[in-house]
Amino acid sequence: MAAPPAIAEQRTYQPQQHRPFAVEFENVSIAFEDRQILDGISFQLRHGETKAIFGVAGSGKSTILKLALGLIKPDAGRIVVLGEDVTEMREDDLFELRRRVGIVFQESALFDSLTVRENVAFRLFEEGTVKEDEIEERVREALSFVELEHTVDLYPSELSGGMRRRVAIARTIITHPEVLLYDSPTGGLDPVTSNTIIELVVKQRDLYQTSSLLVTHRLQDAFTMGTHYFDRAENKMKPLPAGSRGTVPMWFLILRDGHIIFDGDLQSLRETKDEYIREYIS
Amino acid sequence: MELISPTDFAKEKVQSVQEYAHLAARSIGNLVKRPLYLADMIQQADLIGFGSLPIVVLTGFFTGGALAQNSASTLQRFGSLSLIGQLVSLGMVRELGPVITGLMVAGRNASGMASELGSMIVTEQIDAMRALGTDPMKKLVTPRVISTVVMLFFLTVISDALGVAGGGVVSNVFFGVDSHQYWSTAWQILVFQDVFMGLLKPLLFGFIISTVGCYYGISARGGTQGVGRATTQAVVAASILIITVDFFVTRFTMTIFGH
Repeated sequence: MAAPPAIAEQRTYQPQQHRPFAVEFENVSIAFEDRQILDGISFQLRHGETKAIFGVAGSGKSTILKLALGLIKPDAGRIVVLGEDVTEMREDDLFELRRRVGIVFQESALFDSLTVRENVAFRLFEEGTVKEDEIEERVREALSFVELEHTVDLYPSELSGGMRRRVAIARTIITHPEVLLYDSPTGGLDPVTSNTIIELVVKQRDLYQTSSLLVTHRLQDAFTMGTHYFDRAENKMKPLPAGSRGTVPMWFLILRDGHIIFDGDLQSLRETKDEYIREYIS
Repeated sequence: MELISPTDFAKEKVQSVQEYAHLAARSIGNLVKRPLYLADMIQQADLIGFGSLPIVVLTGFFTGGALAQNSASTLQRFGSLSLIGQLVSLGMVRELGPVITGLMVAGRNASGMASELGSMIVTEQIDAMRALGTDPMKKLVTPRVISTVVMLFFLTVISDALGVAGGGVVSNVFFGVDSHQYWSTAWQILVFQDVFMGLLKPLLFGFIISTVGCYYGISARGGTQGVGRATTQAVVAASILIITVDFFVTRFTMTIFGH
C-alpha cells in the first residue's frame, strides 16, 4: 500500500499561533428577519486544513461560507480571510480577495447560457490577461482533474447533477485558489456520485494542500475524508493505513442554535460525551 | 395574509427607492471603470434593438395610420384636411412615437431583463459571479442600460418615420390627400423643439426600462414564483414611469421653449 501523502504525515494538529489562519471568525453574529442564525461564533481554519461543518437545516452552515466570501455582511464580529478583514472591505476590494478564494455552490450555480468551457474559463476571460491558448490548456487541465474533458462544448442543462458539481469544482480550481469553500457538494446526489465528488475534494486537499471549509449534511462524507487519503501514484482515494487515523488535515465543526458545540478532530468527535452530538453522529 | 404596519411599509418603500437609485447611479458610474464589456453591450444591443424592430415597425406604422384616421374626420368638418400631415407628424414625433416605442420595448425587454436576472438570482448565478471576482452591476446591468438607451433612440426614430408614413398611406388611400402635399406639410411643421422633445424622451425611457427591469430582476426573491412576480412588476412599473415622465418632460420642454 502506498504511503499517505506527506502533508498528512507532517500534520500534528498543534495550535500554530505564530502564523495567520486561512480563515478566522471572531464572535460573528447574523440574524435574518429577527431570527438569530449565528450567535457570536468563533473558529479558525489553519492553512492546508479541511474543516467539515455540520448542523441541521437552517443552522447557518451555508451562511458561514457566504460570510467568509463577503457575499453577506455579519451584524457583529470580525471575519479574516487570508489576512484580510472582509467585514471592513468594500465590494470593489472584495473582488480582488475573491480571486484567491473559490466556492462550489450547493446547486453548482453554473451559468446556464454558457458552455462548460466558458463556465470553467469564466474567471480567466474576466481577467483579460490570459492568452487564448493558455485558457484552453487550463480549461483542459481543470476538466481533466474532474475527469470531464469530453463535456467541454456542452451546456449545463445537458449535464447530470453530479457532472454539474464536478464542472463547478473545475471552475473553482482553475485559478488554484488558496481557500476553497464547498457548500453541500454532495447534496441530492446518489452515494456513488457523492463518493466521486468527495474523492475530488480529498484529491484537492492532499495534492494541493488547499485550505477548505466543507458544509455537508452527510456525516459519512466527512468521515470518509477523515479516514482516506489520495494516492497520487494510483490516482485514487484510499483508506489510511491502520494506526494512522487522524493524520489527515481534517477537522469537524458542529453548529446548534447559532452556536458551535464541537470543533475538533475525528478522534475527539468519536470520543465525545455530548448526548446531542452522539445522537447526531450515530 | 400577514398585515404589515404602516411604518414598516413606508420603510420598505423608501428602501426600495434607495436601492433603485443606487443601482441606477452605479449603472452610469461603471462607465468610467474598466472593463467596459463592449461585447456584452453589442450582444444586448442586438437583442434589444434588432429583436424589437418588428414590433416597433408594426406599432409605429399602425399608430400613425390610426392617428390619421381619427384626425381626418375632425379636420374634414372644418375643411382643413390639408393639415393632416402636420398633425400626424407632430403627434408622432413629439408624443406617440417615443411613448408607444417605449411601452413596446418595456413590455418586451423590461420583462426579459427582470426574468433573466431574477432567474440568475434564485439559482445563485449572481452570487457565483461575485464569488468569481466579477461585479454583476458592471457585467450585467451597465451593458443593458447603455444598449437600451442607444437602441431605443434609434427605434423611436424608425417608429416616428413609419408612423408618419402610415398616416400618409391612410390619408392618401382613404381621404385622397395628395402625397406630396402630405409629406411637405409633415416635414415643414417640425421645428427644433419638436425634434428635441421627441429625441430626449427615448433616452430617458430607455434608462427607465433597463434600470427598472434590472432592479426588479436583481431584487427577485422566492424562487420561480418570485421571478414571475418580478417580471410583472417590472413591466407595470416601467410603463407607469414612462407615462409619468413623458408628462413632465413635455411640460418641461414646453416651458423652456415656450410652446
